[in-house]
Amino acid sequence: MLSAGPTPYTPLAAWDFTLRGVDGSSAPWTWDELMALPRETITKDIHCVTKWSKLDTVWEGVSIDTLIAEAAKRGVETAPFIVAFSDGGYTTNMPLADVTGGKAWVAFGYDGKPLHPEHGGPARLLVPHLYFWKSAKWVRGIQFTADNEPGFWEVNGYHDRGDPWREQRYTGDP
Amino acid sequence: MAGAALYGRSVTEVSPIAEVRRIEWRVATVTDAIDETAHAKTLVLDVPGWPGHLAGQHVDVRLTAEDGYQAQRSYSIASEPTRSTVAITIERLEDGEVSPYLTDALKIGDRLELRGPIGGYFVWEPSNVGPLLLVAGGSGVVPLMAMLRTRAVAGAAVRAASPATLLYSARSWDDVFYRDELAELAKDPTVRLVFTLTRSRPAGWLGSTRRVDAAMLEAVGPAPLLTPHIYVCGPTGLVESASQLLVGLGHDPTRIRTERFGPTGV
Repeated sequence: MLSAGPTPYTPLAAWDFTLRGVDGSSAPWTWDELMALPRETITKDIHCVTKWSKLDTVWEGVSIDTLIAEAAKRGVETAPFIVAFSDGGYTTNMPLADVTGGKAWVAFGYDGKPLHPEHGGPARLLVPHLYFWKSAKWVRGIQFTADNEPGFWEVNGYHDRGDPWREQRYTGDP
Repeated sequence: MAGAALYGRSVTEVSPIAEVRRIEWRVATVTDAIDETAHAKTLVLDVPGWPGHLAGQHVDVRLTAEDGYQAQRSYSIASEPTRSTVAITIERLEDGEVSPYLTDALKIGDRLELRGPIGGYFVWEPSNVGPLLLVAGGSGVVPLMAMLRTRAVAGAAVRAASPATLLYSARSWDDVFYRDELAELAKDPTVRLVFTLTRSRPAGWLGSTRRVDAAMLEAVGPAPLLTPHIYVCGPTGLVESASQLLVGLGHDPTRIRTERFGPTGV
């Protein structure tokens, strides 16, 4: 587990998830609104930077593609990069291409059950093709950015992209 | 939900130039091997070209079998940064793939591959002025020991500005790492040492025997009003519980830095 502080416990009534555009536009969803969106069951292997992998994990969540399409209707446009932000102050950055095209979700179910706060609940980002710190726990939204802006783990020594197949663990790994 | 506030933990600015430098694998030579307990050993390593480190950082160790199979593990650095050598303390995991080799097979003069230092958040530097509360569970004491050692060699002014409390939960007295050195460090009036032994105690033990709880944290720790720097390291269960209790006592969550060991899961 890679966490840097106490596990945040945000009540669902106070929880929302927001996509934010470069121009300051935003598209928020309450918990109930997110639950009303089309959801998917995702079965993927996951890879932690601390050397373990877990095969065939089963998640439930809403695709980032779905959220982007919904946000577009509300005037929020994408940009070439994203910073995901979470309760507790964590952020992680990725190129937009790493979270679109069926590659990333906002996940709220794990193994048939609601996602526990210790594992990032009520909702975490799920980006299984990258090291798992990119799957930000306790996620509250995505900020689109014109440029690549390193997040919390990335300024603290972890790799900017985090491709497990290239073992991109730490800053400077090729 | 304000975006700016959510960026609060990004404490370090890294220049693009610093980002490019790769953390290279280096060949280290074991210069000393110290039994800490029946199950844990400190390896003192000479690492040519070591760039220095901060208390709280870790290294990755890589073992390569004759058939080319490689296994990597992360170990916290136990030594203060002022040395040219790096010490790591390894707890032997019975079904471990790497730790039994490091604790049992490796001898003085042997070599191993490592790279580091790694990690930029769970670190303490003498410039972090203010009271220090360290909460350790089992082998989680290792990076906290690096902080105490760093403090000890940093000079009287630093020690006065950063009074330190270590709350160390161990199963038994025989499971406590660095016993003699901790006793020595605690002779300094700016160091407070509190043990709790949760499974068995030596005869006549007058100290705590409970798992870390709210009353214990309130009794040992600097009050939230003093805004201590708090570092919690140990098994996931202890870290989750202690950090939540600290928040409940009124400590600022952003002052609490955690490192979780052990059972890997989602």
